Amino acid sequence: MLFHMIPVFGNDDGRVIHFVAVQVPISGQKMRNGSGCSEMVFGSCRREVCLGSFVHQERALPVECDEQELENWEHCEASESEKLKSAEAVGSVLSVLTRYSEFAGRLVCGKRNCLRGADCLSSSLVISLGRIKQSFVLTNPCLPDMPIVYASDAFLTLTGYKRHEVLGQNCRFLSGVDTDSSVLYEMKECILKGQPCTVQILNYSNRKDKSTFWNLLHISPVRNASGKTAYFVGVQMEASCKDIESKELRPETRQLSVVGAVRVAVRSSFMATC
Amino acid sequence: MLKIKRVPTVVSNYQKDEASDESVGCGRNCLGACCLNGARLPLYACKKLEKSGTGEKVVISGEAREPPVSFLESLVLGEWEDRFHRGLFRYDVTACETKVIPGNYGFVAQLNEGRHLKKRPTEFRVDKVLQSFDGNKFNFTKVGQEELLFQFEAGEDCEAQFFPCMPLDADNSPSVVAVNVSPIEYGHVLLIPRVLDCLPQRIDHKSLLLALHMAAEAANPYFRLGYNSLGAFATINHLHFQAYYLAMPFPLEKAPSKKMITTVSGVKISELVNYPVRSLLFEGGTSMQDLSDTVSDACVCLQNNNIPFNILISDSGRQIFLMPQCYAEKQALGEVSPELLETQVNPAVWEISGHMVLKRKEDYEGASEENAWRLLAEASLSEERFKEVNALIFEAIGCSNQEEELEGILVQPSGSVNQTGNRTLGGPITNGTASECLVLQ
Repeated sequence: MLFHMIPVFGNDDGRVIHFVAVQVPISGQKMRNGSGCSEMVFGSCRREVCLGSFVHQERALPVECDEQELENWEHCEASESEKLKSAEAVGSVLSVLTRYSEFAGRLVCGKRNCLRGADCLSSSLVISLGRIKQSFVLTNPCLPDMPIVYASDAFLTLTGYKRHEVLGQNCRFLSGVDTDSSVLYEMKECILKGQPCTVQILNYSNRKDKSTFWNLLHISPVRNASGKTAYFVGVQMEASCKDIESKELRPETRQLSVVGAVRVAVRSSFMATC
Repeated sequence: MLKIKRVPTVVSNYQKDEASDESVGCGRNCLGACCLNGARLPLYACKKLEKSGTGEKVVISGEAREPPVSFLESLVLGEWEDRFHRGLFRYDVTACETKVIPGNYGFVAQLNEGRHLKKRPTEFRVDKVLQSFDGNKFNFTKVGQEELLFQFEAGEDCEAQFFPCMPLDADNSPSVVAVNVSPIEYGHVLLIPRVLDCLPQRIDHKSLLLALHMAAEAANPYFRLGYNSLGAFATINHLHFQAYYLAMPFPLEKAPSKKMITTVSGVKISELVNYPVRSLLFEGGTSMQDLSDTVSDACVCLQNNNIPFNILISDSGRQIFLMPQCYAEKQALGEVSPELLETQVNPAVWEISGHMVLKRKEDYEGASEENAWRLLAEASLSEERFKEVNALIFEAIGCSNQEEELEGILVQPSGSVNQTGNRTLGGPITNGTASECLVLQ
């Protein structure tokens, strides 16, 4: 099978919304003809997508069909015409998707639209980051004013903002009149030195009640695969008085685990693109 | 006796050069009797293994209940990051440059100049896969307790359990997870089964199953466990597995495979095709225990026949790769080319899986699929020897008669003769020349 997969992005925020995968049988020598399968097979591969693994587009991969077939398997390459066929199929699926997404009010497209100022994270990185369910943001220190380039769903829930309201912004919108400016200064110093820091800071939410909350914030620089600092990760935890169940991880450990997971995701996603 | 000289990897900050390693004076909070009293460490007890009788496949990462980032993963990553902040590591591995080598296989190259500095080469005996434990040499009872992350055990409950503060019980030797202070990737840890029992580096059924449990509970296919036998680049003769995160498929995992046999318990054994190191892949089985036991049987067979090997536990414990190898033996016999030796790259489990840790900048910059292939091919058994070894393995796991591919080298009573012959010989490992293959027709 020639397996051809492309991401489909949301038009307004550049997030990956779908994947389109097209499978075209490769007419190898050993292929039995007239086996009754249709010419093209559209499939879903939820598990792979969730795990963030990517399939090389232009390579023929053996897809396990049944034992018999596997035994007869031989390495074969897709021909140009088969590649063309898969590209055409992808194109037609994409155009249908685009057309219907207009009706649904949520436009999709095959090319990614970047938000003002914010650089685009690769879709593989976005998927890996999407697995991390806690509140965190990535900011890019190489861009002016260090804007947020990724915000997790939990961050949006915690702060009450919409994704498009925070992407491209500096994190200072979370501060307010009663936020301690010495803490802000401490954070700034650490960021300039490229050091991690943990602070407790009063933040202002955009939730319905516009409430404030004490944010136990940890900030760490995150390196890419060439060892350079590519982002800062900020992990937020709402400080609460309630006792943590003894069977749980310590909040500090959970917070650091987010940093670890982000490091793994960022490092790996840059390896292939170097 | 075959020996090679190599720079041992420093996995603990308490590991000194052998010469200066005097008796364990304490005050450093080790795992010896001197310090253990009152010591506490979080305990993670994983889910009970499902009975094999149910006939259903063990669903390890229950889609419905498992949170996307599993508990064990949070524990490993969180504690590892904590040790990173505490400055326990010899270098920041995320500052080590890494890239995917262009080509069809996707070998991963890492430039790691810090891992091997400040160490003198030490002699390692490479012709004995089984050696008895030597308490005078460095072992994991000598690591500092701050290097330990948590205790890990196969639980009795059907739910995983966590105890944040559990005494380390000297009478009931705990299995522990410790950091490797010379990590080759983020989250590099060591799983040390029953650390206080001082087991030598040798696969047994219980320990391999524990490693498989850890892979399953971590529930992330990018968290793999590896094992090096003595003679296949293990540097410490104290039973341990390694593990780390690399969010990318390994070339070994992507290699096509060809089915050879299926065991009675349903474990499918395949051989990799088109990979530089001839390897076996074990998967399936009615339960994780079946899979684990089959691989353990195979490893015990290799150990008894004095054949060095590496193991990679992949896909959250669903796939196990077994790679018998002969690089160190060739090296000791002077059969490895100087150019390969100069790179000082040791083809242990991670290298064989396709993650090449390079020590010299020029090797990193000039890294190519061809170079990686050439190095790994040197570690592989010859085709002939691989077939012999497979025959030994299949006999050990009771599948010797099933496959026509084995015709010609497999004759009923001869296998055992061959086996004992090798064992009593005890000398250099046979290297796969036709004359050494003893077949009685």
